[in-house]
Amino acid sequence: MGLVSRGAAAAGVGAASAVVRPGPPHAVPHPIPTPPPEGAALGSSRVPGMVLKAFFPTCCASADSGLLVGRWVPEQSSAVVLAVVHFPFIPLQVKELLAQVHQAGRVGLAVLGTWCHRRQEAEESLGHFLEGLGTIFSHEPWLQLCREQGSKLWSCKATRRQVPPCPGAPYEDQVMLVFYDQRKVLLSQLHPPAALPDCLAGDAAPSAGGLAAVFDTVARSEALFRSDRFDDGPVRLSHWQSDGVEASILAELAKRASGPVCVLLACLLSLVSAASACRLFKLWPLSFVWSKLSVCEQLRHRLEQLTLVFSTQKAENPTQLMRKANVLVSVLLDVALGLALLSWLRGKDRIGPLAEALVPVADHVAEELQHLLQWLMGAPAGLKMNRALDQVLGRFFLYHLHLWISYIHLMSPFIERILWHVGLSACLGLTVALSILSDIIALLTFHIYCFYVYGARLYCLKICGLSSLWRLFRGKKWNVLRQRVDSCSYDLDQLFIGTLLFTILVFLLPTTALYYLVFTLLRLLVVAVQGLMHLLVDLINSLPLYSLGLRLCRPYRLAGHLPCRPPGGPCQ
Amino acid sequence: MEDERSFSDICGGRLALQRRYYSPSCREFCLSCPRLSLRSLTAVTCTVWLAAYGLFTLCENSMILSAAIFITLLGLLGYLHFVKIDQETLLIIDSLGIQMTSSYASGKESTTFIEMGKVKDVVINEAIYMKVIYYLCILLKDPMEPHGISQVVPVFQSAKPRLDCLIEVYRSCQEILAHQKATSASP
Repeated sequence: MGLVSRGAAAAGVGAASAVVRPGPPHAVPHPIPTPPPEGAALGSSRVPGMVLKAFFPTCCASADSGLLVGRWVPEQSSAVVLAVVHFPFIPLQVKELLAQVHQAGRVGLAVLGTWCHRRQEAEESLGHFLEGLGTIFSHEPWLQLCREQGSKLWSCKATRRQVPPCPGAPYEDQVMLVFYDQRKVLLSQLHPPAALPDCLAGDAAPSAGGLAAVFDTVARSEALFRSDRFDDGPVRLSHWQSDGVEASILAELAKRASGPVCVLLACLLSLVSAASACRLFKLWPLSFVWSKLSVCEQLRHRLEQLTLVFSTQKAENPTQLMRKANVLVSVLLDVALGLALLSWLRGKDRIGPLAEALVPVADHVAEELQHLLQWLMGAPAGLKMNRALDQVLGRFFLYHLHLWISYIHLMSPFIERILWHVGLSACLGLTVALSILSDIIALLTFHIYCFYVYGARLYCLKICGLSSLWRLFRGKKWNVLRQRVDSCSYDLDQLFIGTLLFTILVFLLPTTALYYLVFTLLRLLVVAVQGLMHLLVDLINSLPLYSLGLRLCRPYRLAGHLPCRPPGGPCQ
Repeated sequence: MEDERSFSDICGGRLALQRRYYSPSCREFCLSCPRLSLRSLTAVTCTVWLAAYGLFTLCENSMILSAAIFITLLGLLGYLHFVKIDQETLLIIDSLGIQMTSSYASGKESTTFIEMGKVKDVVINEAIYMKVIYYLCILLKDPMEPHGISQVVPVFQSAKPRLDCLIEVYRSCQEILAHQKATSASP
């Protein structure tokens, strides 16, 4: 190999010298001239050695000659080329740059070989010069890629300097050249699925399987792509951003502004959460009320989410970043929908008519309930009820209903004010407005809840009594100590009274059961309506809109793999 | 090297198999399914429109007719974009992986790529469904168990070629897999 002195390299021997060849030309073993071919170079040994995969970025295919810089993954025997360093360069500066990138991204880069793009007919000394570089930057194996200007034929060679461990193994490996689109691979953020439990943080990146290692390498070496050809750096590189670094003004401004904004909002949010956690709110009546209202639950949830989003820590991995982005987008959508609702309410001044319609609706519901109770007190569905119990229960519930109607009439002047404030709370988000609505429904149908509780308690008591008396009827008793049914000998008067009570309860059972059934169904109806609203709130809370948007607009960012195309086109 | 042969699928339709040998370590097999036949399209359209006209004579509502037209158009677009597969391709690259591409009639392409490290073997399996059907599938390795199989991935699912076509593809795949196993076994 011709030795090139450091002085010559430092003076920057231009690429435009003369002729010639690097190794045995051509890679195409088959007649179709449709390269760049996947198959490898090599005239020499046909002994099947390990196939060396070289991942080459498509943007560098038209770059000038230079050094190949990238990462060598020994486990998959693949070389990932990240950039091409052009002449003139000083080897020391190249090594410094690689050390910088190594520190920034914890990925070990090295000079992998040489790239020769021959623009003129005969460039002999270039070949010798390139071979000589192999002595300055030693790397096993040393990759040599060469291309003729305007032709589609490439030649790839990988040589090993050391004596191979076992005799008979070839000096030169077969090379498979795979082209990849650097921009898409970088933006797709394909990272190894889970770090292995026994890998150490630090220099050695966790060895990911297969192609994930390629993508991981490209993603980690972002520091290498930060300068373009208009920057005056010590080293001239060619990569996907060398024609101009991609950036958007809005994104840059947002990044600059996000720091102080996050700090400010984080302070505000911590103040709010400290205020809400103060001891005053833990006193008994207030804490009970807070726990029952769903709007408080929703507000607490939103506060937690906003604290997460505006925290000053950066997201550690793409999953966390995606989560933060999803939360932010859902909060923004929520607020937007809430404002739309507010403008719709205020637009045609609908609050007045709505408030005026509310009290008659409540009256109508109460009237319908009265009719229902009258029906139950008669002979509902042809069943014969026990007259006395029927009348007692019916009158009790009617009185309760009457109290409720008077309460609603008492509240009616304040309804409009309350609704106006509820509408105002829609600024905080549609979810808050929906939660308040669900709470209002719960308050307005409180009487149905009370009826249900009374009916259920009565029924429960009756069933307990019946089961205990049934045991007495059979001569058994419930042993509380042993938690089981034991036999017991009762006195005659105990048996007599027990049997009497048992028959009374049995014959009163249909009446109580019917009331219980009717009120449970009513309660279920109300719960279904509230459940629907909570479902909607949960949907808005948890729908990952950012990920959905990414999937529609920029699907390559969420790619699990990128498709390959066979030769005839660039392989990605 | 490229050649094309015609086979038939299990229902009797004609399939065209295109084989391309780019290099000893890279091969591609492309199966083209029979196109959407004009006869079936006309039959479906006529049925839908006759039914809509029948409903129209019952209801005297002209919205039914426009709705029928929309439904037919949307249904056809949806069928072409999501259901009708024109071509299925299997690309094997030694030491890189296996890629399966399905291209739909509307031009959409969906690809699945399996790395060579996960591939255990490519086999032809039999299935009994009213008659015996053969299908080619890729067996994936189980990371936990060295001799186990974690998944069976069938190939050419919508083209459904017959055994003679499958044997051709199988032989070529086995050549490449054997070569790959030989190189990975040696140091």
